[in-house]
Amino acid sequence: MQAIQEITKANPSIAGSIEIPQTRAVIQLDNIHKTYTMGDVQVHALRGATLGIRAGEFVAIMGASGSGKSTTMNIIGCLDRPTKGTYILDGQDVSELSKDERADIRSHKIGFVFQGFNLLARTSALENVELPMLYAGVSGAQRHERAMQSLAAVGLAGREQNHPNQLSGGQQQRVAVARALVNDPALILADEPTGNLDSRTSVEVMEIFQRLNRERGITLVLVTHEPDIAQYAGRIVVFKDGKIRKDYPVKDQRDAAEELKNLPAIEADEEDD
Amino acid sequence: MDLLNIIRVAFRALQRNKMRAALTMLGIIIGVSAVVAMVSIGQGAQATVQAQIDSIGTNLLFVSAGAQNVGGVRSGTGDSGTNTLTVEDLDAIKREVPSVSMVTPAVNARGQLVAGNMNWNTSIQGVSEQYPEVRKWSVQSGEFFTDSDVRTAARVLVVGQTIADNLFAGADPIGQTIRVQNLPFRVVGVMVRKGQDAQGRDQDDVAFTPYTTAQKKILGSPRLQIAYVSAVSPDATYTAQQQITELLRQRHKLNSNDPDDFTVRNMSDIAEAANQTNSTMTMLLACIAGVSLLVGGIGIMNIMLVSVTERTREIGIRMAIGARSSAVRSQFLIESIVLSVTGGLFGILLGVASSLAIPKLLGWPTLISMMAIVGSVIFSVMVGIFFGYYPARKAAALDPIDALRYE
Ligand SMILES: Nc1ncnc2c1ncn2[C@@H]1O[C@H](COP(=O)(O)OP(=O)(O)O)[C@@H](O)[C@H]1O
Ligand SMILES: [Mg+2]
Repeated sequence: MQAIQEITKANPSIAGSIEIPQTRAVIQLDNIHKTYTMGDVQVHALRGATLGIRAGEFVAIMGASGSGKSTTMNIIGCLDRPTKGTYILDGQDVSELSKDERADIRSHKIGFVFQGFNLLARTSALENVELPMLYAGVSGAQRHERAMQSLAAVGLAGREQNHPNQLSGGQQQRVAVARALVNDPALILADEPTGNLDSRTSVEVMEIFQRLNRERGITLVLVTHEPDIAQYAGRIVVFKDGKIRKDYPVKDQRDAAEELKNLPAIEADEEDD
Repeated sequence: MDLLNIIRVAFRALQRNKMRAALTMLGIIIGVSAVVAMVSIGQGAQATVQAQIDSIGTNLLFVSAGAQNVGGVRSGTGDSGTNTLTVEDLDAIKREVPSVSMVTPAVNARGQLVAGNMNWNTSIQGVSEQYPEVRKWSVQSGEFFTDSDVRTAARVLVVGQTIADNLFAGADPIGQTIRVQNLPFRVVGVMVRKGQDAQGRDQDDVAFTPYTTAQKKILGSPRLQIAYVSAVSPDATYTAQQQITELLRQRHKLNSNDPDDFTVRNMSDIAEAANQTNSTMTMLLACIAGVSLLVGGIGIMNIMLVSVTERTREIGIRMAIGARSSAVRSQFLIESIVLSVTGGLFGILLGVASSLAIPKLLGWPTLISMMAIVGSVIFSVMVGIFFGYYPARKAAALDPIDALRYE
């Protein structure tokens, strides 16, 4: 493996012919290992995961707790670096980048959505959504305009001035989605985004994800342990003990927009309180 | 991310916890306002003393009867129990010390002045005709008495404005008669108004008569307590002091190991002592105030450290959405600077306000010092940077994943 890595670094064209699958992958994880050291104990969170995701795919990652899903997401999101293995994002080897370079990649190419929303408290929805643009160096007028558009895209027009504690869980998660997509990322990573939401609100959030994926071609990687949520994706990857156990296309992909039409509308009003 | 945005982010973060920000600033506010007010008080006192000394003249020497008090400079009269200073001593000083230009004794007496049916109890000073020149204090109307008045112990008085106001109520006192111990005195002059001295005493509540008159007709004793001597120039005061001391020791037949039975002091000594006392006080006050500023700074560091810990998750979020470590560091550093500088500005306002109020409330003169203000601003910025740097570095060093996982 080490030898192959050396070759890949020295000559990417050879690497392409050996390692990377035929279709051009936006994410190429290659034999990724991640070991956490806690005192004397070594935790092998990932033990050689190889995964390619093509541009415009909607992938659901599943697996038991502790199987390495979040670790994978952190590496894909350039929040963390693999202990071993290469990660090529959009044609660029990012496994050896510095902290600042990874921050810049997160700023421009990646949007995050977390289970716990992770919005800044006591800060309006608008300001929360403006935040990534502040770090990406977008001008003031543009920041405002794009944040407004982004909030409108997730159905929160008119809620711009609300603080997180004035919004329901579903609304907070939609603010987080608006924040994730405001810098026009190629990739959105969502780690259990519906974990704290009820079923209807989950469908609403999935509707937004499906729309972003279909209409804007944003690549989506979503971690979930709920099989029915995974059915909204086009492909399911199952982790077990730090390795990929299964990887298959979804046969009857669910359509959140269709399902929402059939749900009673009253609940939406309730949620707004 | 540019500086303006970082400042904006820092302000937003502080706004989210206004109460805490205000309390943190309080330490700096108190520190800076204390420094500004204390320096104002010290400089005010210094300026007053300096003005007083300038008006007296730096070539002035005091010769007083009796040894100098232990404990340093003491203005006012000499030891009243001694007879160690005589008119002959003064004549000798005038005659034999070349660096001395003028001499006037000052014989102190208190007495009741009566003019018609008006009464006034005041200080009567027996002096020589050279007094106005020696003390740089001239007459406003009439004339000071002459050397022949001194020789003949004439019953003449030159009065201060307070006496003129109180005994004659607007009428011209020149040529009027004032009775002292039932003896009639003729008023020959009125002194220029001097106002209050630094201690708030009325300097115009005084009457002058020839020292011979005071000794013979009021006190009935030839005793002298104090004399004012003018050196030929400010530079000559030290020489004059030496020469007077030598002369008086010789005249008093003191052995080489006897202590002086008189005291000679010059104005520059007194001025220096006063200035030194004042600058020591100013320094001391400023240092105490500076310590409170330091404590304020430590308060900022404390709050910033708490803030970094409390906001670990926030830091993680910022990093996850693309903030570089440097942006996080700048944010916390600027929050700290904003706290200390805003506190500093409020402190200056409060300090200037109290400097303006102190003369009215406490009667102490103040002089607002631009240097203290500029110094406080610079010091606040430095406090902000110094005490903000460590917490900011701690924030920037956080790992985004650990920070996000922080509960
Ligand atoms: N920062 C860390 N330090 C130590 N161990 C960790 C850390 N992050 C994750 N792990 C461990 O790695 C394993 C995989 O974790 P994770 O990727 O979070 O699993 P999942 O998201 O699938 O539940 C777990 O055993 C977890 O305890
Ligand atoms: Mg997880």
